[in-house]
Amino acid sequence: MTFSGLVKSIVTGLAVTALCVPAFAADTIKLGVAGAHSGDLASYGLPTVNAAKVVVEKINAAGGVNGKQVELLIQDDQCKPEQATNVATKLISDGANVVLGHICSGATKAALPIYTEGKLIAMSPSATNPMLTQSGDYPTFFRTIASDDMQARLGVDFAIDKLGAKKIAVLHDKGDYGKGYAEFARKFIEEGGKAEVVMFEGVTPGAPDYSAVVQKIRRFKADTVIYGGYHPEASKLISQMRKKRIKANFVSDDGVKDDTFIKVAGKKAEGVYASGPIDVSDLPMYQEAIAAHVKMFGTEPGAFYPAAYAATVAMLTAIERADSTDYDAVTAKLRGEFVETPIGKIKFNEKGDAEGVGFSMYQVQNGKYVELK
Amino acid sequence: MDWDFFIELGLGGLTRGSIYALIAIGYTMVYGIIELINFAHGEIYMLGAFTGLIVAGVMGVYGFPVFAILLMAIVIAVLYCAAYGYTMEKVAYKPLRGAARLSPLISAIGMSLFLQNYIILAQTSDFLPFPELIPDFEFMEPVAHIFGSTDLVIVVASSVSMLALTLFIKFTKMGKAMRATAQNRKMAMLLGINADKIISTTFIIGSSLAALGGVLVSTHSGQLNFMIGFIAGVKAFTAAVLGGIGSIPGAMLGGLFLGLTESYAAGYISSDYEDVFAFSLLVIFLIFRPSGILGKAPVEKV
Repeated sequence: MTFSGLVKSIVTGLAVTALCVPAFAADTIKLGVAGAHSGDLASYGLPTVNAAKVVVEKINAAGGVNGKQVELLIQDDQCKPEQATNVATKLISDGANVVLGHICSGATKAALPIYTEGKLIAMSPSATNPMLTQSGDYPTFFRTIASDDMQARLGVDFAIDKLGAKKIAVLHDKGDYGKGYAEFARKFIEEGGKAEVVMFEGVTPGAPDYSAVVQKIRRFKADTVIYGGYHPEASKLISQMRKKRIKANFVSDDGVKDDTFIKVAGKKAEGVYASGPIDVSDLPMYQEAIAAHVKMFGTEPGAFYPAAYAATVAMLTAIERADSTDYDAVTAKLRGEFVETPIGKIKFNEKGDAEGVGFSMYQVQNGKYVELK
Repeated sequence: MDWDFFIELGLGGLTRGSIYALIAIGYTMVYGIIELINFAHGEIYMLGAFTGLIVAGVMGVYGFPVFAILLMAIVIAVLYCAAYGYTMEKVAYKPLRGAARLSPLISAIGMSLFLQNYIILAQTSDFLPFPELIPDFEFMEPVAHIFGSTDLVIVVASSVSMLALTLFIKFTKMGKAMRATAQNRKMAMLLGINADKIISTTFIIGSSLAALGGVLVSTHSGQLNFMIGFIAGVKAFTAAVLGGIGSIPGAMLGGLFLGLTESYAAGYISSDYEDVFAFSLLVIFLIFRPSGILGKAPVEKV
């Protein structure tokens, strides 16, 4: 947090305390925005702040939520868990009504017990760790992004149901993200019982040659490879597979659903499947949200901006519909009613995951990723 | 025992090992002559790959045949990197020749970081595709499964260049002078050998081989970025130590040994443990035979 930010929040805090006469409710709705706004992960957090600013300006100009203006309480946690707990405590003592954030799964996990205790709703546009919602420990937590396991679920179902996979080689890049995806994939294949995991291994990023792994894919007669990780290793893997005449299908994640993958793997990328966020760029509200950002900041928004925009809209709409900032009332509206957002029509399930957002499968066809309907 | 699989892994290990050996020679030669671990050697390999990419890009526009492009990419990369290696020694190491042993080492690390960042600024930090310069010619069916054209070219090219180097060291006057300098630099200088010239030659030869490796490996893996030199460098350094640092045949043997170990470990156990086996091997060697396979225990010079 910057020094001036600190001063500002102290001053606002004092002003609010001074103005608040117990008989009256606070005359603004306070939207906390928590995430990495400085440090090396700021590029993930700052689009969230911009999204909140864009939405709040629009709502305030139109008369606010139920006649109350929305005020932003912006707090920086740098994606560090120890900072995130401070930020959470600060937001509660500042009287935030809802919180947009946090950004990183680790920081979110650290902050959530505090929000749970304080009955404060927090909604993340980017924390994808499955346990945050599935553990059921954090009833105040929601998110507008699909969790990591949903991608693995999609990949496995696609491989087995659409491609008829029987013997699957599950590979990963030994990283948190790739290995997590691969472990979920293995779990889902084994639970489903319709196909068999013939090998489960990590490849070494940066190694000059993957021939040993490729030979094993052949040896175990895998008909499908499910790979968790990013595009540099995936393109090396697919190139060597095709060079050694292995025709197995290749299914991967949104780390591979990247145009660089096609550029690097070239013709050998043809036919590769990779999941990625559902394409929503045709939605009018999506285009409107992007245009508002360009107008206000003069630049194209960064990653997670649409998800953050959606989260802000979802929370403020729920408050408006509930005509209250009470936890139970707002939660009921979030779970019960659909809301129109830039990423589609969404509502939230019991665990807090958004229904209506998610991934779809893409395939490389003629040098381009094409969404498979 | 499944012999097919065993042979497949062996061939894969051979390809990998030749690459390691090619780069390891640069480490070992420099160490042999001036007892410096040239940490920027991996970056020369990376520069070679980038030079090859640029040459291939330019020649591709003019529609040269693939074979000519490959040849030119290698020749230009080798010349360019030889010049780089020569300059690097003059700029970063020569002024520190009389200094404490740690200073040139730190200078080498600085050179390595400098070259990486230079490529980020001059080119990009993204992954770039490397064109297929070695045509994918078809082998007979059972062989096509296990050994491709790029593997063959890598193994042959590195064997030929290593053989040439061995003959050069063994039979030419320059080679004799190099061996003398490696044995005792002061004495060699007293006998009229120009040590500066020998050191420069060492850097030129090492860098040329690294550049050759860079071009071949990039066309094999089809991609490159500014970090490829780091990982290749660490592995090649391990190979050099395994073989006995300072010994050229040792570097070749160490490279092959490391490549085969990794390949079999990945094949029979799991590629999760590829690096674990490579570095465990190093530790075991350092405990039981600290001078490496062909290295000689250092003799205190009096």
